[in-house]
Amino acid sequence: MAVLRGTCRDVGDIAVVDFSGKITLGEGSAVLRKTIRDLIDQGRRKILFDLSDVDYIDSSGIGEMVAAYTAVRSANGELKLLHLTRRVHDILQITRLFTVFDVQTDEDAALRSFRSTL
Amino acid sequence: MRAETHRLEVALETVLESIDLAEGIVTRVSEAAGFGEEDVHKIGMAVREGVVNAYNYGNQQDRRKKIFLTIEFGPERLAVHVLDQGPGFSEADVPDCLAEENLLRTSGRGLFLMRAFMDEFCVQRGPSGGAELVMVKNLPKKISGNGAVPSS
Repeated sequence: MAVLRGTCRDVGDIAVVDFSGKITLGEGSAVLRKTIRDLIDQGRRKILFDLSDVDYIDSSGIGEMVAAYTAVRSANGELKLLHLTRRVHDILQITRLFTVFDVQTDEDAALRSFRSTL
Repeated sequence: MRAETHRLEVALETVLESIDLAEGIVTRVSEAAGFGEEDVHKIGMAVREGVVNAYNYGNQQDRRKKIFLTIEFGPERLAVHVLDQGPGFSEADVPDCLAEENLLRTSGRGLFLMRAFMDEFCVQRGPSGGAELVMVKNLPKKISGNGAVPSS
C-alpha cells in the first residue's frame, strides 16, 4: 500500500499541498495530521489539498480529513479540496461530506475562492 | 457438476499490519471468485473496515487477542466473517453518521461503509462472545453468448 506523501508549495499566501498515496489508518492518517498541524503552527490559514493522486481513503482517513477541516476552521482559516479522484469523490458523496467540504475542480478557481480577509 | 463452495479461515494478530493483510487476502479471493474491478475494490474496503473495527473497537488494540477472518465463496456469492474477541456491540448503539449533528465526527463511518459496499451486512454475537461482522457480496449473473442475462 502506497505511503501518503504531501508536498507543500506556496501560491501567494495559500498553502497548496499535493498529496499522493492512500489516506488510511496508520501512516497515511498520521501524515495528514502532521501536515495540517505544521501548517497551522506556521500560521497558515488558507490551505488547499490537491488530492489528484489519492485514489484510496478509508473511514480513518475520512475522520482525519474532518479533523483537519475542524482544526483549520477553529483557527479561523479555510481548508478546501481540489481534484478529487472518482473513488474519493464517491466516498465523500455517500458520507454526505460533500456538504461540509468546499470541493474545487480547477486550481485557479480554487485559489481565487479563498477569502481575502483571512 | 456440483458447484463447490470454498472456505478460507485466517487468524490475524491484533496489529496494524493485519488490516492490509486481510484486505490483500480478500482482494485476491474476490478476483479469483470472478468479481469485477469495482466490486473487488468495494469488498476489499468493506473487509478493511471490518478488521479496523475489530482492531480498534473490538480488541481495543490488545495484541493478546485475535481477529478471525473467514471467507466463503461459491458460484453465486462471497461471504466474509470478521470476528473479534471484544465485548460485542449492537448496531443500534452506533450513531447515524449521516445525521447532520454527526457529520463532523471523526469516527463512526466504518459500519456505514461496509453496509454501503456489500449486498448484505449484519452484526451478530460470535459463538464464544465478541462481535461478528457478516458481509455478503453477490456475484453478478453470468451473461450468455448473445449478451442476454439468463432468466434462470
